[in-house]
Amino acid sequence: MSIAIDKITRRFGAHAAVDAVDLEVGSGELVALLGPSGSGKTTLLRIVAGLEHADSGRILLHGSDMTDVPVGERNVGFVFQHYALFRHLTVFENIAFGLRVRPRRNRPADAGIKRRVEELLLLVQLANYGERYPNQLSGGQRQRVALARALAVDPRVLLLDEPFGALDAQVRKELRVWLRALHHDVRVTSVFVTHDQDEALEIADRVVVMNQGRIEQVATPAELLAAPATPFVRQFLEGARSLAPA
Amino acid sequence: MESKTLHPAGLTADMTTIELMAEPLRAGGWLVSEAYAPPARRPRTRGAPPLVRRLLIASAVAYFALVVLTPLVAVFYEAFRKGAEFYLASLSEPDALAAVRLTLILALIAVPLNLVFGVAAAWAIAKFEFRGKSLLVSLIDLPFAVSPVIAGLIYVLMFGLQGWLGPWLSAHGIKVIFALPGLALATIFVTVPFVARELIPLMESQGKDEEEAALVLGASGWQTFRRVTLPNIKWGLVYGAILCNARAMGEFGAVSVVSGHIRGETNTMPLQVEILYNEYNFVAAFAVASLLALLALVTLVVKTIVEARTHEVSAR
Repeated sequence: MSIAIDKITRRFGAHAAVDAVDLEVGSGELVALLGPSGSGKTTLLRIVAGLEHADSGRILLHGSDMTDVPVGERNVGFVFQHYALFRHLTVFENIAFGLRVRPRRNRPADAGIKRRVEELLLLVQLANYGERYPNQLSGGQRQRVALARALAVDPRVLLLDEPFGALDAQVRKELRVWLRALHHDVRVTSVFVTHDQDEALEIADRVVVMNQGRIEQVATPAELLAAPATPFVRQFLEGARSLAPA
Repeated sequence: MESKTLHPAGLTADMTTIELMAEPLRAGGWLVSEAYAPPARRPRTRGAPPLVRRLLIASAVAYFALVVLTPLVAVFYEAFRKGAEFYLASLSEPDALAAVRLTLILALIAVPLNLVFGVAAAWAIAKFEFRGKSLLVSLIDLPFAVSPVIAGLIYVLMFGLQGWLGPWLSAHGIKVIFALPGLALATIFVTVPFVARELIPLMESQGKDEEEAALVLGASGWQTFRRVTLPNIKWGLVYGAILCNARAMGEFGAVSVVSGHIRGETNTMPLQVEILYNEYNFVAAFAVASLLALLALVTLVVKTIVEARTHEVSAR
């Protein structure tokens, strides 16, 4: 198992944002956490990354217990909803950041960093954009820089928080297809959060439907559509099917 | 679909799939940055008739000239009334030199301290939730709300001979009031808000996403501060520092109370100006005042440059 979530609970006051959630994600899988806002999916993702702590439960990455390991040592890639690119750094330096902050003994030489960044720029279709600054890029371009930056450190898992949430409809559709293809090539275990049913059904190998801090159902997109396990899942997916392109 | 080998680095060399996928994206034209259009020229106002416009401009300029420019010119005019030689002689007088030195020392103490405190306070306030946060914000604003004279009196009440700590201090031979420590405390008190006030809204608007991104990428707390936080607040920091410096050098009320006006020892430049003026030594008074006026002009220039830089950065 790449990611094992074991009875994770997180409370904000009396309200349980994540309520004793169990979930396992296999190596190389692309899993969607799907649910309405307030269902606890982003909190769960941030707990896996180490950006939030859990009140109880354990997080295992590739078999080792990460529950008390600080965020910087978990070696996860995280893509933020609003990209969170370093605004004062060029695209090149944004992607190089994770390599440059390594301790000297396992930091690649400048030439190695340059090669790696150029490789990634090519991968995300931004080969000639290395010298640009984030605010000279469109939303879709920024999102791809954020992805390249997260991949630069060879993360054990890739976590994406509403990766297309801030993009307009046309661009997000195109980027979806592109992300699916990228995942097919890179094959890093990935979990992404979304509230968009179509997005989850179209890209993910498996979809985790969440509601009020609990998991309602875990299934492949086909199973989910064929046999929704609870009334909530059926209702939540209804919107998607009527909107889905024929 | 053909199988693709996994590169040790986690990336495959085969790009064809992705390139094909990206084709419609390029055709959609979204690779062209929308943030790239040059700012449109502001259209001329057409509504107001030219006479009204001219009247408004003229009255604004006249007001500015009367209230700000004339006194500034007068300072230099008075300072040079008896010639450049006398001007220089007034400035190289030992008491005047001591005042300049004391003012510089006070600024050198107050500005760095408030820079460190300002960054720490702004960081805590902008990026974290904690109990007593609104109290801390109010405390930072307190020096703006309190009259500087009161600020000086508080320190006299605490450290003066009749004050709470006075007997203990004098028993140990430590002089706070009528000495450098008291002047430094009073200066720090009145300049506390400048850096923090400048940084809090800036850091709040930037959020903590970038810091979190740096942490996930493996940066330590110090690296995150050095490489992400500090560059983002750089110009706000410079701006806060020059305003803080201008106030530290120009403060009159608070330091006047704790100074004791010992010539050549506890007189800062503003205090020296007052003493010379009260002795009808107008030319010397204006000579020292002209240095303060010069400082104000330099502050304005630096401020303008920093503002231009900030706009450039945010428009980039």
